[in-house]
Amino acid sequence: MHQILISDPTLRDGNHAVSHQLTGQQIAAYCQAAEAAKIPIVEVGHGNGLGASSLQLGLSLTSDRETLEIARQQLKNSLLGVHVIPGFATIEKNLATALTLGVDVVRVAAHCSEADITQRHIEYVRKAGKEVYGVLMMSHMLTPERLAEEGLKMQSYGALGLIFMDSAGYYLPQDVRQRVKVLTETLSIPVGFHAHNNLGLALANSLAAVEAGALILDGCARGFGAGAGNTQLEVLVGVLHKIGYPTGIDFPQLLKAADLAEDILLRETPSIKTASILSGLAGVFSGFIKPVARIAQQLHLDAGEIYSELGRRQIVAGQEDIILEIAEQMVKEKT
Amino acid sequence: MKRIKVAILGSGNIGTDLLIKVLRSPYLSCQAFLGRNLDSPGMLTAAGLGVPISNLGIRYLENNPECCDVVFDASSAIAHLEHAQICERLGKLVIDLTPAKIGTMCVPYIGSSYLHRRNINMVTCSGQASIPLAYALAATHNEIEYVEVISSIASLSAGPATRLNMDEHIHTTEEALKAFSGAKEAKAILNLNPALPSIHMQTTILATVRQPNLEALRLKVDEIICMVQAYVPGYELLVAPMIENERIAMMVKVKGLGDYLPEYAGNLDIMNCAALAIAEGYAKHTQAGALPAKAGMTPANKME
Repeated sequence: MHQILISDPTLRDGNHAVSHQLTGQQIAAYCQAAEAAKIPIVEVGHGNGLGASSLQLGLSLTSDRETLEIARQQLKNSLLGVHVIPGFATIEKNLATALTLGVDVVRVAAHCSEADITQRHIEYVRKAGKEVYGVLMMSHMLTPERLAEEGLKMQSYGALGLIFMDSAGYYLPQDVRQRVKVLTETLSIPVGFHAHNNLGLALANSLAAVEAGALILDGCARGFGAGAGNTQLEVLVGVLHKIGYPTGIDFPQLLKAADLAEDILLRETPSIKTASILSGLAGVFSGFIKPVARIAQQLHLDAGEIYSELGRRQIVAGQEDIILEIAEQMVKEKT
Repeated sequence: MKRIKVAILGSGNIGTDLLIKVLRSPYLSCQAFLGRNLDSPGMLTAAGLGVPISNLGIRYLENNPECCDVVFDASSAIAHLEHAQICERLGKLVIDLTPAKIGTMCVPYIGSSYLHRRNINMVTCSGQASIPLAYALAATHNEIEYVEVISSIASLSAGPATRLNMDEHIHTTEEALKAFSGAKEAKAILNLNPALPSIHMQTTILATVRQPNLEALRLKVDEIICMVQAYVPGYELLVAPMIENERIAMMVKVKGLGDYLPEYAGNLDIMNCAALAIAEGYAKHTQAGALPAKAGMTPANKME
């Protein structure tokens, strides 16, 4: 069976779960364990990627620079990856520095319908001779055909692969299969999938993706990620190996890395709480969980009502400020 | 009253929308609408409105230098580099709506006078929407440690140039925020939202200051909102200044006038409204007599 390329965003998506407060020591320790486990790509940084440390999304405890320097020291064979969203990160302010600091793999992400904002960033990384992938976030908001059109744009800019994200944890396995099918038929580059576990389907959806022809999967140690978390990496790899898909990962070492993550990274093991179910069903970005909870509590509002309104207004990742506006409107309506 | 003669370079959606605004102005008169294609929708609209049109672009200005005093450039950043030189040679005041950023950054009524400048750049839509509020923050606080601006605009309002120039949008907005508010640090974020029907532009300001004075800030913001509404009718305070999660937060919405551009393109409308306000300010002063060398325009003076 063909090899599946595993990318591990524990130290990036997991940062959402701890409000972007991962420390240098935690980053160093997990990178060391990931290197020992031969994880192909280790993604680090603020939950929303380079340059996303902000009042809007939460300030990073460890700066992009420190994070990359620390990770770079630990990673020898594993590749060092970053997530980049144009609109937050710019080439001049963020991406150029990251490449200088030794980043190997750049994943340039956009909301699923806005692939053309990634053109310059993808081309820049290609020109610099580094690996670059295109990422379409919140992909459930487009039909498979429209998603493939956006993927084609990223392919034309020079992306080596196209990863579509179920950022809201909204998909059922058949949704994923259908999208992988259309994407692999349309694109000539490998297709990847990044799941969230809002509805308890992250692993099932990841397997559905692979069975339909995806070649790249994301997984996080213990599922450490935004909201209900991501596909649990060590389970995913165990199951892939069981079916017969090679990953190149040293499984016993991976289990050790996952144990380490539980010991030193996690404040709590990701679980599917009411808020995650509501946001998954409403198709709302998983990263909204913490700000929605905070604002709902401060203004004495029902989080479920906020999710419904966020879903109704089709608010996308990065628009965290709208949560406050929606909440304020609700307060006004109640008084 | 004698109107100031203006020309508009660029017959696309932005130029055509601006034309309609100029035609409404009691201070301005459009003497030339310049592009490349006489059959473009913008050109046909202009011709239908009885405005002199030409497909010679900047060459028309070179051939007819007396046709105007003020040139709005709504073409492209690259074209503006050439246009700017020619306009300088011809002694025209240029109001640049492209992201070329070679002139002085201007937001109507904010900061020092721009009336003696010859090339005025309109910053960005995020800048036009946020800088009045950042200015209110600066006017009521000794020191802004950090200011952050998040804008969401409708996907349909973001054309190919906007999409290619996301980085420049961010850099220019940050630079202008620092320049106009004195903040030590500034960050700009831009989101495109594809929801249908299209969203109106929304801009949020988040900031940290040493000792927040919400009461003074609210009063100042109310005053500034009225001032901006005088030239951007669709500008509206959505969230009054509040403290949330240890930061000052406030938010505005910009609904477009829907002159030629659709209503949801508040991000483009605010640029055109601001450009028009600058040209009208220039017209009023020219008619009042000699150009002041340094003094700001009256509303700004009142706020100092």
